[in-house]
Amino acid sequence: MSSERNDKIRKILKDHGRLTKDATSIADDADLYQAGLTSHASVNVMLALEGEFDIEFPDHMLKRSVFESVAAMSAAIGELTGG
Amino acid sequence: MSGLRVGVDLVQTSRIAESIATFGDKFVKRVFTDDEIAYASSAPELAAMRFAARFAAKEAAKKALGVADAGIGWRDIEVRRAPSGAVELALHGPAAQVDTDGLAVSLSHEGDYATAVVVTYVRGTSA
Repeated sequence: MSSERNDKIRKILKDHGRLTKDATSIADDADLYQAGLTSHASVNVMLALEGEFDIEFPDHMLKRSVFESVAAMSAAIGELTGG
Repeated sequence: MSGLRVGVDLVQTSRIAESIATFGDKFVKRVFTDDEIAYASSAPELAAMRFAARFAAKEAAKKALGVADAGIGWRDIEVRRAPSGAVELALHGPAAQVDTDGLAVSLSHEGDYATAVVVTYVRGTSA
C-alpha cells in the first residue's frame, strides 16, 4: 500500500530528516530540500529507509531527485521491492 | 556545459557524530573509503571532524562536477591526504567519467563545523 508506505517515510523523515516543517503532515509531492533536508540528513533518511523496508539503495539511485519528496522516495522503494 | 566550476558544502561535525552513533558502520562504510576511514579513525578524538570535512568535500565535488542527479555513491569521490598534509580528490566509477582538467579541494574546520570547497574546469558537454 503506497499510502501506508508514505506514512512510514514521513515517520522516518520526522526522526531523521530534521525538516523545518512537521514531517508527519508534509505533502507527498512537497520539495523536501525546500523544507530543510540537507545532504547529510538525506544519508540518515536513506539508511533508516533501508532498515525499515529491508532494501539497499544501489549507487545509481543515489540521486538528489530520489530523495526530493515523499512520493519520489516511495517510487524508488517500490522499484526496489517490486511493488 | 563546459567551464570553470566551484562547489562548497558545510557540515556540522556533531551531526556526523550522531549519524555514527545511530547507524555505526552502516553509515561509515557507506560514505567513506577504507583509506578515509583508516585516516579519520587514527585519531579517535578527531574522527568526527575528519569525517565531517570529508563528507563536505564529497558534496562540494558533486556540486562542482554537476553530478548531484547522476547517481554517484559517496565512496566514488575520495579525499586523499599526502604525508605533507595536502589533500586531493580521487574520482572512481561514474564520477571519473566527467571530463575535467582536474579538481582542487580545500578543507577547513572551526568549532562544530567543517567545510570544503572544490574547484574544477569541466571540459566536456555531457556533464
